[in-house]
Amino acid sequence: MSSTHKTASNPSARDMRTPFGRVLGMGSAKSGTRDHIRQRVTAIAMVPLFLFFVGLLVGLTGADYETARSWLGNPLVAIAALLLIGAAVIHMRIGMQIVIEDYVTGPALRTLSLIANTFFAYAAGIACIYAVAKIGFSA
Amino acid sequence: MADQRQAVARPLSPHLQIYRFTITMAMSIIHRITGMGLYAGSALLAWWLIAAATGLEAYATFQAAAGHWFGQLVLIGYTWALLHHLFGGIRYLLWDEIVATSPKSADIISWLATLAGILGTVAVWAVVFSMRGVI
Repeated sequence: MSSTHKTASNPSARDMRTPFGRVLGMGSAKSGTRDHIRQRVTAIAMVPLFLFFVGLLVGLTGADYETARSWLGNPLVAIAALLLIGAAVIHMRIGMQIVIEDYVTGPALRTLSLIANTFFAYAAGIACIYAVAKIGFSA
Repeated sequence: MADQRQAVARPLSPHLQIYRFTITMAMSIIHRITGMGLYAGSALLAWWLIAAATGLEAYATFQAAAGHWFGQLVLIGYTWALLHHLFGGIRYLLWDEIVATSPKSADIISWLATLAGILGTVAVWAVVFSMRGVI
């Protein structure tokens, strides 16, 4: 009297695979949790890094150009900045992608939004990395 | 066809306005909003770093914008968004480890995160303003 009776079109009531996936019979792509895990690992990394940077920015209150440059040019500060930028780019790209996938429904607009998200995240990241490197190597 | 489809009175999924307010629900929405704010704000961080890498004049332009009352407002808002998202995010990490998942505990850590975000922002800007001799 089980409700899970197997037929050709419905092998199992609990089978959540798509028809295509069932035909291929290769199981999952083994990558479904990648973004989920990345979002959390980058979050953990950013907790100390961002607290450090809030402190740094507060410390630079009213500081002139030369002081700001010498602080940013310190190797330890620069390395922490690069780690923070790297983690933030990954984190914000995944976060915005989830928001777009939830709310942007038009197929063309959805694809364009996702591409724009990737472009913005990497452009902001590369700009920050270039600036920190330039200050660091010229200090 | 369209008329026939509309004639069927299907149950509608309830939306936001039908639910009672809970802090966890509000935090979920605010987490997304602050996240998007921080996303946009990353352009400001890039501006600051590029200005510092470019030269004295570019840095002066950034400082003038940051020192303007509207710039200060944006920076205070950015500080709050960052700290709220950070403390709210720690809450998600706790829930991932099945810590504080009961309705009561979930409410408590949500209020604590909200409070920490506000107090942190006040503390940071109290230090900033006192360093400038404003207060």
